[in-house]
Amino acid sequence: MIDVSYYPGCSLEGTAKDYRESIETVCERVGIKLHELEDWNCCGATAAHSLSHRAAINLSARNLQLAEKAGMDLVIPCALCFNRMKAAEKALLGPYRREYAYSFEGNIKIWDLLDFFCQDRVKAEIARRFKRPLKGLRPVCYYGCMANRPPTITDSRNWENPTDMDELLSFLGAEVIDWPYKTDCCGASHVVARPDIVFNLVYKLFDMAERVGANCIVVSCQMCQANLDMYQEEISNKFNRDFYFPILYFTELVGMAIGEKQVKRWLNKHFVSARPLIEAAGLSL
Amino acid sequence: MSVQNAQTIVPDYSFLKKVEFESKIKASACFQCRKCTNGCPVTFAMDFYPDQILRFIHLGLEDLVLNCATIWVCASCETCTTRCPNEIDIAGLMDYLKENAEKRGIGIKDNKTYLFHRIFLDDVKKRGRVHELRLMNEYMLKTGEGMKKLQDDSWKKDLKLGLGMLTKGRLPLLPRGIKNKKEIRKILESTD
Repeated sequence: MIDVSYYPGCSLEGTAKDYRESIETVCERVGIKLHELEDWNCCGATAAHSLSHRAAINLSARNLQLAEKAGMDLVIPCALCFNRMKAAEKALLGPYRREYAYSFEGNIKIWDLLDFFCQDRVKAEIARRFKRPLKGLRPVCYYGCMANRPPTITDSRNWENPTDMDELLSFLGAEVIDWPYKTDCCGASHVVARPDIVFNLVYKLFDMAERVGANCIVVSCQMCQANLDMYQEEISNKFNRDFYFPILYFTELVGMAIGEKQVKRWLNKHFVSARPLIEAAGLSL
Repeated sequence: MSVQNAQTIVPDYSFLKKVEFESKIKASACFQCRKCTNGCPVTFAMDFYPDQILRFIHLGLEDLVLNCATIWVCASCETCTTRCPNEIDIAGLMDYLKENAEKRGIGIKDNKTYLFHRIFLDDVKKRGRVHELRLMNEYMLKTGEGMKKLQDDSWKKDLKLGLGMLTKGRLPLLPRGIKNKKEIRKILESTD
């Protein structure tokens, strides 16, 4: 059993409930015990770092202080929450640490969930429970921005061309397709005030995914998921195309590979139905 | 790109000094290689390119950079910061400029991106966490977007997405708060 602190973040309490359910179930199945951080607060997201550097660091710093007190490594599924927590880590360990209201000694490690899953020890647990290879799924891996950039904050080793998810999904038996837009931006929270920007960015992703012959897009970030899933029909209409890409969380694919029954329920919460894809691939759920 | 047309600019380096002192970001290290702009995914929506913003900072064109659309179009994807050969945190500079635009009340009126950020922080301040449904309601009301959507019929699309979320169990109606709300209020007080 691997014990870790867990920071779900605000959207996993709401619109990304599907991600949350898949994370918590799959972690339990593969022997990861998630301890939700007691009384965690919002990291402040883009709003905080846009309007107040100090408040942004303090919001995330409070969580770090709580996590250090809890004494276990901290796992964060939301790429932006992860990025903000890492920014606070660097600030609290840097030369200007006294400008902030919280302290952090750096005794625990802050993990992006995907990174955590790609450890050999977790893969070994998945291998022990492996039921069926995900043949027929031809995903492109979409890592997005925040888990990797900037590497001075995230400590990413491979920020221009990450391969962790590619390797994990290949390991699950999926026919992973390489593509050049792994870490291109989807526009994230711009979708509220500037949907025009998001639609342009996401259209380019769909167009490339189609050109390389993918039949689904796999993500590890709920903002990417929402922008690619919820607006797929509207983007198709706007650009006069007929895109069909189920937008799947990597945890859902792990669930499928270990024969988890609840996968169907998680997939039903998406806007673009995965059913035609699953049937065409001959993978009954 | 119409600013400098028939105008003589006398460089004023005091703004550059102020930016570097307050943001701790070394803007003066820019030698205009334009790598930031070449990698930026959202230049199509900007009025000035990121390398131009750096140049304007060098020249002391404070009002111009605080008034421009670019700082609010920046998606904080961090590609520029990652690739800058002189290790300038360009996305961080964009944040610094946004923060100052708000402090001085410049370029924020009818700025939907700004209003979204402000409404978001006000929501965090109430309960320590964001409640997406309330956030969107506030945004629609305060920006007048809701009214606009009623008039141009685009509310139907939003309603379809909203109902979809609701039936999929992805839209809890009631917010959850944290225990220690006071602490969060204190953190965010400085930003009012």
